[in-house]
Amino acid sequence: MDIRPEFLALVLACAAVTAVPRVLPLVLLAKIELPRWLLAWLAYVPVAVLAALLAIEVLVVEGKPAISTANPALLAIAPALAVAAVTRSLIATVGVGLAAFWLLT
Amino acid sequence: MTDEPIPPRDLRAGETFSDGARAGLPVVLGYLGIGLAAGVVERAAGLSYAEVLLLSMVLYAGSAQFVLTSMVLLASPLSAIVLTVFFVNVRHLLLAAALAPYLRRLPGWKNALLGLQLTDETFVVAAGRFARQPPVNASWMAGLNLAAYSTWAMANLAGAVFSAQFAGSASNTKVLGFALPCMFAGLLVLQLAARPRVRLGLAVAFFSAGLAVAVQVAHPGPWAVIIATVLGATLGLLLERWTSGRNSSR
Repeated sequence: MDIRPEFLALVLACAAVTAVPRVLPLVLLAKIELPRWLLAWLAYVPVAVLAALLAIEVLVVEGKPAISTANPALLAIAPALAVAAVTRSLIATVGVGLAAFWLLT
Repeated sequence: MTDEPIPPRDLRAGETFSDGARAGLPVVLGYLGIGLAAGVVERAAGLSYAEVLLLSMVLYAGSAQFVLTSMVLLASPLSAIVLTVFFVNVRHLLLAAALAPYLRRLPGWKNALLGLQLTDETFVVAAGRFARQPPVNASWMAGLNLAAYSTWAMANLAGAVFSAQFAGSASNTKVLGFALPCMFAGLLVLQLAARPRVRLGLAVAFFSAGLAVAVQVAHPGPWAVIIATVLGATLGLLLERWTSGRNSSR
């Protein structure tokens, strides 16, 4: 049940380097008027970051591209995406994706 | 049959703390699955219950927790773990910068507190809401943040407690972990649907996805996400300028 001192130090150090990129832009950028092109650029960040995160999770297996029907993650994400497009519901998306992945593995 | 459900009193999205917490419901449900998986993995890696709770409440970052746990298991040096966690989480710089214009009216200390609990998932909920309905109330976002945060901590702890049952079959953990890409998929579709020009968004998504895979395969690590995000957003901006057909003056 204990917390090892070296583990506490590790978590605090990791939390510190995580807090800086989370907090700094909100404190600094919120005070200045951003140019329009930068606002337009920032508006594409969510789509770009989510597509990148998803692709790495689903299309890369053990460091290699896995674009084949032998990759259950790729097969299972297809119905999840379809459900997301139709229902716009995150809960339904996660539920269908998990069920498909469970059936395929 | 049960009684008729009570109709919502106000159809407009509200501004209060509890409205924010309610808007976080999809994130809460997603975090139940992913947090459970994280707790199972953390406990199986030899962390105590107190350490699991500490990790989820102080670091509060899903992918970074998985990275930290696996590096602790490999007995990596502290400096290497901290540096990797920094690279994994530096993408929040972009997310926080994207939210900053909407939070301009709030005092700096409130922004700092709200930013501390920023995650990929709460970002997407908040960005979607702000784009539709500014101005923004700090208590709405605090409600969203705390709903996600408390769920995450509880799910991590529950995963640690039930770790023994799950560890019996590694495939259970693997299936639960798949909640993470499912969540990314759902959030991506919501983001695309919220954009005024879906085709530009789709182009950015395919470009970023392909680039991320290429970089990840060539050079595994957190750079793939950062490079794909920066270049993907740049492509979006260029396409938008190009297709809008008017001269942009700087």
